[in-house]
Amino acid sequence: MIVALDIILRLAAWLLLAPLLPGIINKVKAWVAGRRGPPVLQLYFDLAKLWRKSVVLSTAVSPAHVAGPAAAWIAIITAALLLPVGPAGASCSFRGDALLFVYLLAFARFCIVLAALDTGSAFEGMGVAREVSYAVLAEAAIITALLTLCVQSGSVSLATMLAPSAGAGAALLAAGLFGVLLAENCRVPFDDPNTHLELTMIHEVMVLDHSGPPLAAILHGASLKLLLFAVLLTEAVLPLGKLSLLQAIGALVASVFVVAIAIGLVESLLARLAFRRVPLLLTTAFLFCLFALLVAWKGGRL
Amino acid sequence: MSGTMNLLIGLAMGFSLLALASSRLPSVIRAAAFQGMILGTLPLLLEEKFHWLVVAVAIGTITVKGFIIPNLLRRALRAANIDREVEPLIGFVPSLLLGAAAIIGAAALGSELPLRPEHAKTLLVPGSFATVVCGFILLMARTKAISQVCGYLILENGIYLFGLLLINTTPLLVEAGILLDLTVAVFVIGIIVDRIQREFDTLDTRKLTSLRE
Repeated sequence: MIVALDIILRLAAWLLLAPLLPGIINKVKAWVAGRRGPPVLQLYFDLAKLWRKSVVLSTAVSPAHVAGPAAAWIAIITAALLLPVGPAGASCSFRGDALLFVYLLAFARFCIVLAALDTGSAFEGMGVAREVSYAVLAEAAIITALLTLCVQSGSVSLATMLAPSAGAGAALLAAGLFGVLLAENCRVPFDDPNTHLELTMIHEVMVLDHSGPPLAAILHGASLKLLLFAVLLTEAVLPLGKLSLLQAIGALVASVFVVAIAIGLVESLLARLAFRRVPLLLTTAFLFCLFALLVAWKGGRL
Repeated sequence: MSGTMNLLIGLAMGFSLLALASSRLPSVIRAAAFQGMILGTLPLLLEEKFHWLVVAVAIGTITVKGFIIPNLLRRALRAANIDREVEPLIGFVPSLLLGAAAIIGAAALGSELPLRPEHAKTLLVPGSFATVVCGFILLMARTKAISQVCGYLILENGIYLFGLLLINTTPLLVEAGILLDLTVAVFVIGIIVDRIQREFDTLDTRKLTSLRE
């Protein structure tokens, strides 16, 4: 009973709080640009509107076009439930769940990619190719980051890995994970979430042909993924497991807020990179994580 | 104290990677200058007793490596009127990965070497190996003379870092002499760069391999 209640509470928190994050980011961007900007709750309104709309399907698509976003959404929510919240631990934790976490995120991307390719449009195929080629580099970075936490804590379970801070390499790890966060969530400087210019879109291209509830699932899944990476970044860097539950939740909320503001500032102050420069930036993020790993590995002896 | 020093050496290694990854000549020059300035402060941390000669050498190193040499290079850049793009022979991502491999290799090698106990806990030896290798990569993988000079400066920074191991036995006058040599070398290169530019209309050193009347 308690376990079920715990899971429901966490699920509700993840599902309800996630769409807030893009709202905060947009507010920060509007504030920097001197505009009033859309309300913070805009994504909630959008999701409600999309949910009421009907689905428009092309004649070429198979059921995978609708099933893909749903499966991706479920995969992301499962990955989110694997993340611990401070000293309360994760609702489901076992040895090696860090690997499952990485694979769930990869599976979610695979489903979105499949649903995009299913439309048979060459344009979406182009976006898919870009998304997947960035993902190869970003995944190397996130796996290295998790490896760093493994070496640091001597465990392969997310709940134990994320409880202490990342030690001496925390700054490196934070920089690397922030780069991964920006790349994985298609933010500037990797991709521009606002652009609808044909040649520059990456993530937006893939969801062009979706409509109604599947599009709502994709948008909500994207905001969940953003929140998930922000929480991962915070827990990797701060020793949340050592605090009391209330303190941990307070610190978590505050630092997710800080991460959102940081993303907003990055988006307002940086221009998007040219495609050929993106691998260099992702390699930099990977190297940050790699050096954090080096510090975790050698740090004990220095 | 050893923590601060390791942090500074780590930062210096970061700057050599920055030099490998940057695509503009001014930022390569800036990276080499910052690295020189960071390494210039190290003698102050290494020496327990306050000694005026050490302070003088540290200040001299910071001024020469951080201000005089970069200004000479920037002046050469302006005088020769070359465009600021770095032209890599090995791309930015591969050279960055090579630099990272050098750092990891140096860290592994450093822990295998039989060092004196006071040096075993610092990053002096791995840092110097990594910086030397990064300097070599920059020397080999770029075509423009100015970026090769920056590679040479980073290489010299690595040797300087290695020299810090012997700070108690080497007369500091030697350091001062090396610094003077370096300044003169960069000064001469600044003039040569201008000459190459006038003679060949390019700073691409690959064109210098063929002899002509």
